[in-house]
Amino acid sequence: MSDYEAVIGLEIHIELNTQSKMFCDCEVAFAGEPNTRTCEVCLGMPGSLPVTNEKAIQYIAKLGLALNCEIANFTQFHRKNYFYPDMPKDYQISQFDLPVAGKGYLDIESDTGEFKRIGITRAHIEEDTGKMLHISRTGRIHGADYSLVDFNRAGTPLAEVVTEPDIRNPDDARIFMQSLRNIALHLGISDVNMEEGSLRVDANVSLRKVGQKELGTKTEVKNMNSFRALKRALDFEIARHTKLLEAGERVVQETRHWDDAGGKTTSLRSKEEAHDYRYFPEPDLVPLTLKPSYIEEIRATLPELPEARRKRFEDQYSLVPHDARVLSFEKAVGDFFEESAKDYKNYKSLVNWIMGEFSYHLNNQGLAIDECALTPKHLVQLLKMIDDNTISGKIAKEVFDEMFNTGKLPSVIVEEKGLTQITDQSEIEKVVDMVLEENPQAVTDLKEGKDRALGFLVGQVMRLTKGKASPELVNKLLWEKIKQ
Amino acid sequence: MITKKDVEHIALLSRLDLTEEEKDKLVNQLGQILEHAGKIASLDTSKVEPTSHAVETKNVLRKDVKGPSLSQEEALSNAPEIEEGSFVVPKIV
Amino acid sequence: MKLNQLTIKELHKKLKAKEISPFEVATDVLSHVDGVEEDIHAYVSLNNNLLDDSKNVTEIDNPLAGIPIAVKDNMCTKGVLTTCSSEILYNHLPVYDATVVNKLKRQNYVMVGKTNLDEFAMGSSTENSAFKITRNPWNLETVPGGSSGGSAAAVAADMCIAALGSDTGGSIRQPASLCGVVGMKPTYGLVSRYGLVAFASSLDQIGPITKDVTDCAISLQAIAGHDNKDSTSLGVNTPDYRQALSAEVKGLKIGLIEELMVEGIQKEVKELTDHGLNLLEKMGASVGPVSLPHLEYALSAYYIIAPAEASSNLARFDSVRYGLREEAEDMVDTYKKTRAKGFGDEVKRRIMLGTYALSAGYYDAYYGQAQKVRTLIIDDFKKAFEKYDVLVSPTSPTTAFKIGEKATDPLQMYLSDICTIPVNLAGLPAISIPCGVDDKGLPVGFQIIGKHLDESTVIKAAYALEQEIGFKEKPKLLKRD
Repeated sequence: MSDYEAVIGLEIHIELNTQSKMFCDCEVAFAGEPNTRTCEVCLGMPGSLPVTNEKAIQYIAKLGLALNCEIANFTQFHRKNYFYPDMPKDYQISQFDLPVAGKGYLDIESDTGEFKRIGITRAHIEEDTGKMLHISRTGRIHGADYSLVDFNRAGTPLAEVVTEPDIRNPDDARIFMQSLRNIALHLGISDVNMEEGSLRVDANVSLRKVGQKELGTKTEVKNMNSFRALKRALDFEIARHTKLLEAGERVVQETRHWDDAGGKTTSLRSKEEAHDYRYFPEPDLVPLTLKPSYIEEIRATLPELPEARRKRFEDQYSLVPHDARVLSFEKAVGDFFEESAKDYKNYKSLVNWIMGEFSYHLNNQGLAIDECALTPKHLVQLLKMIDDNTISGKIAKEVFDEMFNTGKLPSVIVEEKGLTQITDQSEIEKVVDMVLEENPQAVTDLKEGKDRALGFLVGQVMRLTKGKASPELVNKLLWEKIKQ
Repeated sequence: MITKKDVEHIALLSRLDLTEEEKDKLVNQLGQILEHAGKIASLDTSKVEPTSHAVETKNVLRKDVKGPSLSQEEALSNAPEIEEGSFVVPKIV
Repeated sequence: MKLNQLTIKELHKKLKAKEISPFEVATDVLSHVDGVEEDIHAYVSLNNNLLDDSKNVTEIDNPLAGIPIAVKDNMCTKGVLTTCSSEILYNHLPVYDATVVNKLKRQNYVMVGKTNLDEFAMGSSTENSAFKITRNPWNLETVPGGSSGGSAAAVAADMCIAALGSDTGGSIRQPASLCGVVGMKPTYGLVSRYGLVAFASSLDQIGPITKDVTDCAISLQAIAGHDNKDSTSLGVNTPDYRQALSAEVKGLKIGLIEELMVEGIQKEVKELTDHGLNLLEKMGASVGPVSLPHLEYALSAYYIIAPAEASSNLARFDSVRYGLREEAEDMVDTYKKTRAKGFGDEVKRRIMLGTYALSAGYYDAYYGQAQKVRTLIIDDFKKAFEKYDVLVSPTSPTTAFKIGEKATDPLQMYLSDICTIPVNLAGLPAISIPCGVDDKGLPVGFQIIGKHLDESTVIKAAYALEQEIGFKEKPKLLKRD
């Protein structure tokens, strides 16, 4: 174990899914033909002026409230000045000392089950940049010859959330991001898709001796495009710092780029000078006053957030804490559970199926719960068929597999494949007799107390009935016959 | 008060290529102007609020309704160089 | 008398009565422009379709219908070259019309052309244009003032009937004063800035430059009003400014700003200002001195705030989406070379100054402090307006100066805006009207400043004074033809 502890702070950008852009009425959407969702405002044409989208203000206030932040009564936009080709005006309309949301926090639950409070420094609203595509004539990956700029994304409302350096390990960083993502989904303010870039994260990492108060020299890591990449990049960076420090070397304060394919971070050196953003109040926009009544109105419209839902699941459905947490973590999973629970009251069984078979299938195919063909109706019907002995548990898994892949209802699958359980005693008795006759050694073994032989005999019966025999009935009949 | 090094730093922030002659001239001129502007430093403004907008207005917002955009052709119509519907810029570093 | 010598009001009457046609008006304007433009250089570009456009005006249902008007070349005109008199926008064809241009179009105006200015409106002489130096019609050796020098010279020389200018620190009023015409800067937020290429966003305001106060009221009426594309546009209903065109100033309380009548003011300018004030008093106004103690800091505050905003506003001229590009190895060098070639000396100076004032370690001492001084100046005006309805002063400390005279000394040039700048800092409305000529025969301007959104009182006082002065002088150049 190293003598060092990691100190991690995150800076997160969330693209908001408003209809129109932050300061003009161009459509907000993903991808599409380049430069087809632009106008004089989001292209920074001379003479154009911004006008603020009220929905974006509402969304950032919602996010602030969900993160337990103080919402400012007086807020203002500032210009952040720097030259970059993807920034149409060569300044970004952002917020500086008067953000919409000030100090707050988010409680996360570590993999160890420990609850940790991560401080939120601030959450503010700004405009997104355009996108650049780097072109190399020689096909080299590094050192592009020129770049293409597409401003479709420029001006999309962007929420920036900054955390305190309260995170101590890469797993907690990942869990924080997943929790934040779930909150944004619950609020319905963003698609928060890391691959599409509507959720982006930069991390500040430093190391210090355990017990030491002062922070070590930090590096900023960028370009982590998945939760897994975040975890890997932080693991790498912490190991790199540790190695340097243990060798008595210094960590250089710099920005580093995560190379996912190479599994390492590299220094982003440029000939640019240190940034001096020259923030000043945006003269083209007037200040905003968010009245307490407005803030309370928004608070009243907040949906139930994961933490509250978890508690309710424990109370309303008598779920154990672990199950309640897993089910409330993602909005869509919780929604699926609650929809199913309306028609199916054996909650424990429902939970087991969602967290077991269903979750296994989803992970296997890399799907989200609301992306697959299976609906609560499917699952409820299947569970009811098990309960009324129409099918066995074993057959049920087979049916689940089929309905997951095809979206057919279980009743249809059972019908088509003739999977109905055999519960007719005389029919099973015939098979049992046959098996006993063909396996005298196993019968002898069982009589001598070798219980393992029972499993073998049950298996034989199930094989011959293609799994359709009721396992309980088979067991019962076998014992009866042996004892005779 | 303002040095040549300052001028060079500010020129880089402003993305302006200056000749040596221009730099020397600016050291002088900016120095003079700043000296004159420096007059305001003597005022006690500790109890004064800054004004960023001459006329006090607040809460100017628009509804979140999407409208028409420019065509790609219009968007690119003034560009020095274009390719595949995009603006072309030289390499970044 | 040629039609180009008439006012908006006179032409409208004749057009409405069908005594003349828009085509005839346009023809007279065009032939006169053809004759004198080579002396004046008022226009960056002329509307080649002027005559055709005038033929298309068939209904005279608006006060500006069929009236040839010039537009300062820092206001966007869709598909029509808009350069800001800068090399960096030498080829720029906007994809949209400025709101003011839209409003004029709705009135069926006819655009004569785009007028010359100090590059990006930075200057007080129009010598800072990348393309040409505009000359003062009263004396071709002198400057027309600036930055709306092209607009003021064009109106003074009857090269259009009226013009639009923009005023950040005096850029409408000072050239109007130097060219012997009427120029008004409205209250900040009364006229939309949408489509006005920004110099200093918190100070810029569009206004009319006209031959008399009546035309000023008519033009202001056409361009004023709320615009939801400009967040700083005021949500107010505009009154009928023409109702202020009465010579009634009895009981009006007028304050003469003491600080603007002292050092550096030309003797005749001072005398003519006193003379104007006496006339107003004779007409029944009550007149008194007023002190605005923080005015001495206005110029300093202005030359921090305006360049600071400009340094940011002009960052967008980066050769990516429009304008000049100087080829270079990489992006940073392309920026630096393009901007070095595309901007003139004064623009570079102000970008440098503004960047410095906003940069780390200097913000509080410069920009922060300047914003506080701005508050003090606003408070000074508020106090003065508790006692007075309007305040008056000279518009410019001197009459037109020689071309080149102040070109090498930026600080001297900045001082020519000393009387106009405080008004922009406070966002107030103000007008300049001619009140006589100095011993060289050059016109002197009289500035009337009003309360926030009280353009009507300003127009009323100006109209009364205009009637009483009866300024009939015309530039020498015009006497020639």
